[in-house]
This record gives sequence, structure tokens and C-alpha cells, in this order.
Amino acid sequence: MKKIEAIIKPFKLDEVKAALTEVGVQGLTAIEVKGFGRQKGHTETYRGSEYTLDFLPKVLIKVVVDNDHLAPALEAIIKTARTGKIGDGKIFVSTLDEVIRIRTGEKGEEAI
Amino acid sequence: MTKKFITSLTALLLLLTVSRPTLAQTTNAPAAAAAPETPAAPAANNDPSGGSTGTIGDLGGGAAGSYTYPTFQVSAPADLNADDKKDTNKVAAFNDAKKAFDDYTKQAAAEPLAVKMADAVGHNRISINFVWTLVTGFLVMFMQAGFALVETGLCRAKNASHTMTMNMLIYPLGMLGFWVCGFAFMFGGVGALGGGTLGSCSSLNHEYTVHWFGHDWGLIGLKGFFLSWDTYDVGVFCLFLFQMVFMDTTATIPTGAAAERWKFSAFCLYGCCIGSIMYPVFGNWVWGGGWLSQMGANWGLGHGHVDFAGSSVVHMQGGVIGLIFAWLIGPRIGKFNKDGSTNTMPPHNIPYAILGTFILAFGWFGFNPGSSLAGTDLRIAVVATNTMLASATGCMGAVLWMWWVRTKKPDPSMACNGMLAGLVAITCPCAFVDSRGACALGLIAGILVVESVFFFDKIGIDDPVGAISVHGTNGAWGCLSVGLFGDGKYGQGWNGAHWFTLPDGTYKMMDPSLAPKGAVEEGVKGLFYGGGWSQLEAEFVGVLTCFITLSLLSFFVYYVVKLILGTHRVTADVELEGLDVPEMGIAGYCGVVMDKQSETPTSK
Repeated sequence: MKKIEAIIKPFKLDEVKAALTEVGVQGLTAIEVKGFGRQKGHTETYRGSEYTLDFLPKVLIKVVVDNDHLAPALEAIIKTARTGKIGDGKIFVSTLDEVIRIRTGEKGEEAI
Repeated sequence: MTKKFITSLTALLLLLTVSRPTLAQTTNAPAAAAAPETPAAPAANNDPSGGSTGTIGDLGGGAAGSYTYPTFQVSAPADLNADDKKDTNKVAAFNDAKKAFDDYTKQAAAEPLAVKMADAVGHNRISINFVWTLVTGFLVMFMQAGFALVETGLCRAKNASHTMTMNMLIYPLGMLGFWVCGFAFMFGGVGALGGGTLGSCSSLNHEYTVHWFGHDWGLIGLKGFFLSWDTYDVGVFCLFLFQMVFMDTTATIPTGAAAERWKFSAFCLYGCCIGSIMYPVFGNWVWGGGWLSQMGANWGLGHGHVDFAGSSVVHMQGGVIGLIFAWLIGPRIGKFNKDGSTNTMPPHNIPYAILGTFILAFGWFGFNPGSSLAGTDLRIAVVATNTMLASATGCMGAVLWMWWVRTKKPDPSMACNGMLAGLVAITCPCAFVDSRGACALGLIAGILVVESVFFFDKIGIDDPVGAISVHGTNGAWGCLSVGLFGDGKYGQGWNGAHWFTLPDGTYKMMDPSLAPKGAVEEGVKGLFYGGGWSQLEAEFVGVLTCFITLSLLSFFVYYVVKLILGTHRVTADVELEGLDVPEMGIAGYCGVVMDKQSETPTSK
């Protein structure tokens, strides 16, 4: 079982969600976050004081898949979230120790 | 201990008002080290039910430069004593007056209906003025909401509950201080000034005056405490309501300058002082018949310190108090770096700030035109329009100055500050300038407020909402501008000074009875309209006096409060967390996750 965490541009959320649903992913968590990468931010001025906008708004998607669905899910995210411009985001894949469905108590791949 | 003291003091004061002990309410008791005061005004005539205010006697006269009601009723002349009978001029004048009175008595007997109708007209004149003054007063009260929104919107979300509640409480605190003694100090002697748009208010007949260097100096009023005894009168109550909402405008200005770090209890003690002591002193000197208003009549300085609706009395007073308190309390944590540069603390709600500014601009339609205290004075149309125009050029001036010159973006917060600066600046001259003058001085105000904000940042005074620059700097500019842009069309005889343009073109002050034939009495006239430097000098004296007096009063109150409470400022932990929960017990936005990291910069 794998956990996919993808940081994407906020306006891409609907597209990515639709593409993931199409490849068979049945659940998804989205969180509003702020972040920056190698480009950092830019400077603005308010009433004579300068301030930097380092952090840009992003959305963090968390999806759990079984090993068979991993490659299609990654491809779906990459295809829909990419714009070709700076700030498209990153994907992190990690292995999960356990998955449990709270309502029924199912464990493992059945709980995904 | 402080709470018990305040509670018992309040109880004692209320007991005093209810039980009405017989305190001496004399008119003009001579002061210990001063010469006798000016002659007693006519005996007080109070009217709590409104049944006898507004009569045939209120026909006659009108606002300076405005419609003059024809005098209808003629009174019998005062009898001459033995000495007077030797003066042929006095005897001639007496005979003329007696004849006029006899003619009137004969006509009144022949046409009783005309007399009854004149009485109704007199009542209607006063009634229009009452309605006008009260309704414009209600508009100004609504400005409290505008101030609350502007200040809270330009500050951070974690302090919303605290900032809003300061603006809420200043309304009752200021009002009650004004009721207890502030109104009496400020307006205790205005009954003698005449004017008469609200009836005579003759019970306000005690202005403490000293006689120095050959002139009278009105210093403070001493009538009207608790609006009780013979000041329980419809005219006085009308005046009180109107003047109270102006006082509360001053009172709320420092809450913006000292926002986001002012301990609520310290603010409350300030609130007790503003309406009762701080505001009325200078106010009496300008609007209460005091010495600043008499500089024209006494020393030929224009029409004295002229301030139609309060650029100095209301706004500059608030700005100076804000300046001293912001300076003494110190800047917010994280605002300034060691090298003097500033860190940004972004406003959390621009929509509040814009909405608040519109509410203030709307309320200003009560503030300026209402200061005529007369719906029958049609100059109010000019006043209102000038007000509106100055707000527009103030806004555009500030926005364009930011956009084209300073930061290259049309800053919304400066659009707000600019509109308000234009409004503050026009507040003094609104009745005395034409529309071009209004536009011009508003434009200058818009640019001035931007530069002033940058200036105060540079000298290390943290003003989160620009209150000092909007109200202090432009309050001063507003007063000076009447010395430049006053066009003489309105305000003849203002503050008891009479200026005439003589047939040979010279412009000078003289007694109306000595004015030669062909001389035209002028209103308030400034440098650009042939009035010379005189009015500008008078305004300068007033502005300087305001700055000095309010600085001293602010220092005094600051240190007294510090003595009682130990500090004016919240602790650093509270300031960083946000004042809402520690000071007020409840957040402004429960359930809303705050982005604390971006709200609190670190000083470098």
C-alpha cells in the first residue's frame, strides 16, 4: 500500500480529482497549504514598508492506493496538474504500514 | 481598589444629580485675582418641555451672510436714568425706539392675526433648526461605526475583538464624561453669544473670563453640569446631543493610533478623561466663546480662530492625542527594525476599511452642514457640496500620489486615508470657500496624508491606521487653508469681528456703526481672495495652541493613568498572541484559523 502526497496549484484540484476518479481511486483528502520551492517569493510594498511574499497558496492532496493502482494514479496527477510553468508542485510517495476503515474495522488493502 | 473607587465615585455623582443640592449657580461670580467679568447675560429662561421655545421673538436676524429673518416684534426700550437723559444722542435713540415700539403696539392691536402668525413662523424657524441639528447629529453618531470598521479592517485579525470594543466603549465613556462636566466646561457660556438658531440657550450663562492686557480672555465654561438645574432646556439638550457626537469623534481617533497594544483598562481610563477634561478646554476657547474665537474682536486677527465644523476642535485634537499616546506607548512589536526601516503588518480586512470610509463620508454630511445649527441657513448646500468635493480630490490625490510617485500601486488603504484627509481638511473651511477652493485644498490634503504617514514611520512613531496623519496633520492644514482660500462670501461678523471693504478698496476691521457709506461687510476672507495675512495668522495661533495644549493634556492624562495602572501596554506575550482572548475574553472571529505567522513580523 502506498501513500501519494501531491502538492499542486489550487486551481488544478478539480481536474486532478476527476482524473484520479477515472483511474479507480476512491478516496482523497485535500488540505490548503502554503509553500515555496527553489524560486522563493517576490517583494511588495504596503504604505512604504516592503514585505516579501515567500509563501504561495497550494493544495496538498493525500491519496492511498494499492500497488497496482500506483502507476496510473501518478500518471493521472502528473498529466492534469502540469502547466509547464514554475510552481507546478511535487509528488511524494511513501509506503504505508497499515490502513484501517473505522466503520467496519477492515484492514489492509480491503480498507483502501 | 481602583474598581471600588470608581464605583463609589460614580454612585456619588449619580446621587448628586438626583438629590439636587442647592449649589450656587450664580452668573459671573468674579474670580479671585481677576477683574469683574463681562456683564451678566439676560436671566436664564429654561424650557424643558419645549412649549415656549420658538416664538415671535425668534424672528429677526439670521446666520452671517445668510438669509436674515425680518424682525417682527419690537420691545419697549429700557428707561433712561438721570445721567443718560443728559446725553442728547441717547435721548434721541430712546425716542426713536419708543416710537417704533408704540407703532408696533398700535399695529399689533389692529392686526392680532398677523401677530399670531408671526409667533407660529418664529416657532417653525426654530423647529426647522432643531430637526436639522438633531438629525445631522444622528448622522455623526453613525460615524462611530465607520471609525470602528476602518480601524479594525486596517489592523490584524487577532486584535479585532479588542479594537472593535475600544471603539464601542468610547461612545458611552466619552458621552458620560461630557454629560458630567465636559459640556459645561465647553459651552457653559454660549447663551450670551446670541446666534439664537436653537432659541436662546440663555441658561448657559457662565463663562469664566479673566481680564488681561486690556482684553477679555474666556477660559472655561461653568454652567450645564449634568444638564441639570436650569440648563434642563430643550435648546440646551439639542446643543448637547450635537456637540457630544463631535466630542466622540475626537475621542475615537486615538484608539486607532494606539491600536494593537493598548491595554483595555488604560484605554478606559483615557475614555473617562477625554469627554470630561481633555476635549472641552480647547473647545471652549474656539466654540465656547473663549479667547481664541475673540482674537479678531480683541486684536484684529481676522475673525479670530475660525473653525466651522472642527478641523482643529475635533480632528486635530484627536490627532495630537493620538500622536502623544502612540509615541509614549511605543510601537508594536516587530514594526521597526534597528536600522529604522519598517516591517509590514498587513490589514486583515480591506472591505471593512472601504465600507467604514464610506460610512464616515456619509456621516460627514451631518458633521459639516450640521454645524450651521440651522436648517434655515441655506449656505448648508454649499457646505455639503464643498465637503463632498474635497473628499473626492482627497481620495484621488492620495491614490495617484501612491500610484504614480510613491509605491507604483493604487493602495486601497491610502484611498481610504486620502478621502478622510480631504474630509478632515474641508471641515474647517467648508462654509467659507467656493468649490474650486474645496477641490484644491482636498487635493493637497490627499498628498499631505501620504507624505505624513511616511514621515511618522521615519521618525519611529507607529500609527497602524494613519490616524495621526489623517486627523492631526490635515486638521492643521484644514484650519490654515481657510486663511488661504476663504472667499469672503459667508461669515460676516463671525466671532464678533467685522471686516469691511471700503470704497477705496482697502480691507479693514471696524465697528459697524463707524463704517463709511459704500463699505461692504465681508465674510471670512483668506490670503488668495484679498483678505491679507490676518486670517492665516489667526488660524496659525489656533493650530499652535491646539498642539501645545493637547500635548500637555495628553502627557498629563498618560502619566496619571500610568500612576494608577502601572502600564498602558499589554505584555509582549499577549501582544504576540493577539489581544482578543487575553484582554477581552473572546476572539473576534471564533472558528476562523488565523495565519499568525504572516501577521507578526520580526524586527531585524
